[in-house]
Amino acid sequence: MLETTLCGIPFKNPLIAASGVFGFGAEYGELYDVSIWGGLCTKGLTLQPKSGNSGYRIYETASGVMNSIGLQNPGVEAFVNTELPRMKKLNTRIIANLGGHSTDDYLLGIEKLDRTDVDMIELNISCPNVKSGGMAFGLQAKSAGEIVGLCRERCHKPFMVKLSPNAENIVDVALACENAGADALSLVNTFQAMAIDVKKRKPVFENTYAGLSGAAIKPLALRMVHAVCQKVSIPVVGIGGIRTAEDVIEFMMAGATAVQIGAALFSNPLLPIQMIDGLQQLMEQEKISDLSEIRGIIK
Amino acid sequence: MEYFQTKVINHYQVGKGIFVMELVANGSRCRAGQFFMLKTADASRPLMRPISIYQATDNSVSFMYRISGQGTEELSHLKNNDTIFILGPLGNGFPCEKVSGRIALIGGGIGIAPLWFTAETLLKNTENEVDVYLGYRDELFALDHFVILDTDFFIATEYGDEGYHGLITDLFEPDHYDAVFACGPEPMMKAVFTMCKEVRTPLWISAERRMACGVGACLGCAFPTLNGVKRVCKDGPVFADKELCWES
Repeated sequence: MLETTLCGIPFKNPLIAASGVFGFGAEYGELYDVSIWGGLCTKGLTLQPKSGNSGYRIYETASGVMNSIGLQNPGVEAFVNTELPRMKKLNTRIIANLGGHSTDDYLLGIEKLDRTDVDMIELNISCPNVKSGGMAFGLQAKSAGEIVGLCRERCHKPFMVKLSPNAENIVDVALACENAGADALSLVNTFQAMAIDVKKRKPVFENTYAGLSGAAIKPLALRMVHAVCQKVSIPVVGIGGIRTAEDVIEFMMAGATAVQIGAALFSNPLLPIQMIDGLQQLMEQEKISDLSEIRGIIK
Repeated sequence: MEYFQTKVINHYQVGKGIFVMELVANGSRCRAGQFFMLKTADASRPLMRPISIYQATDNSVSFMYRISGQGTEELSHLKNNDTIFILGPLGNGFPCEKVSGRIALIGGGIGIAPLWFTAETLLKNTENEVDVYLGYRDELFALDHFVILDTDFFIATEYGDEGYHGLITDLFEPDHYDAVFACGPEPMMKAVFTMCKEVRTPLWISAERRMACGVGACLGCAFPTLNGVKRVCKDGPVFADKELCWES
């Protein structure tokens, strides 16, 4: 009922843990069998290890979560040697999320990941929390198309590009990525946002701005997914404040093939279990026998 | 760790903005210095609140917390029989089984919360002798709970009238102890760190950070140590002196 195919790869369901909220899959394994997920995106990887940002990294806003982790990760090499063998023992699809500061970072990183047995690569050109590179590649169609084209040449795996809602025009960026050879798009990453500590008269975050996720951004993300789905013909994975089965169906009706769940896990760590049940119930109620029946019905 | 819905069985104020909330839970697996994530009912607050374990029994776990924002404010309105979702027990806790002899527990402000359970755990080893140092800003709280423990007490208030007038660290003599556990404001813990280091008394501190997942996945509660950036929720909250990069 929930089986989904993304870039030719079968997923047991359309629920994918978003990059950054799920580490490398081990932590939540103490709470439930994480193989229940359709897929897991790794923490954002970079060629070299990164220790991340100092100062506050997490801040709650009304129905939202701001973060400024700064891509703390052990580096591609350590991921491949240490984390990936553990992840591959899970019965779920593994999607390696790759970020970078420079074109060379991306290209060397993708060459290394291409030689592993990850199921898919998600190119992160949308991280708002690093000083150089990151989101800068994803803000304009031209720079996005260039980096995606170069990565595509070096990548033989299914290859998805994660888009920033902070782009000048996300539909143009999406089209540029499609034209440059992306197999799929995932959107949206976090919205660049701000919070101020009134008592200290300073921004809460050392980088001044941070990324906003959570229920607060869902309607915005849904609009962007819908707008992109009107224009591209490659599959789109919807992301942004999804926390109920109904949210999932909304993104599917807007055109998404699958979805990623992020901040909602902070409110309910068992969410995927409940969401799979909830999706099946909702589909029965609404007389949907396969998700393809409703995908993109909103034009 | 488990994530489950449970019930409030006792909830009362012990000081200005300070509450003790007792919940139905199997506390037998809890270690002193561990914590739980407590979920607020208001869906506009997506993050659970990390609160350290105050007391634990076979059928209940209690938390002492200070109202420090909207989330803890909401928690303070829960009544007996109200339900709440909790995730835990989480984190490493104090290494009670690794220390012995004369042990000092030093708490500042709401940082005294994990020390009751820690003292109780340490006193199960009858060879141990435990001294408890409680540092308050102005008003004392929960002292009546602490005094039932078979320990010596040192009390200081920074701006109040009770106990020693000044910082709790003024009363502390680190060379008297085989081990020291501290929890409180970072300046207090850093002072304790410097004092213990001078006389080579082993110290463990309990760190505090804003958290999101509570299980080590999101890296929101980063704590830089000499062994790299650690997660307060998973690698901590307790860290040994030899890991701390607090050199002055």
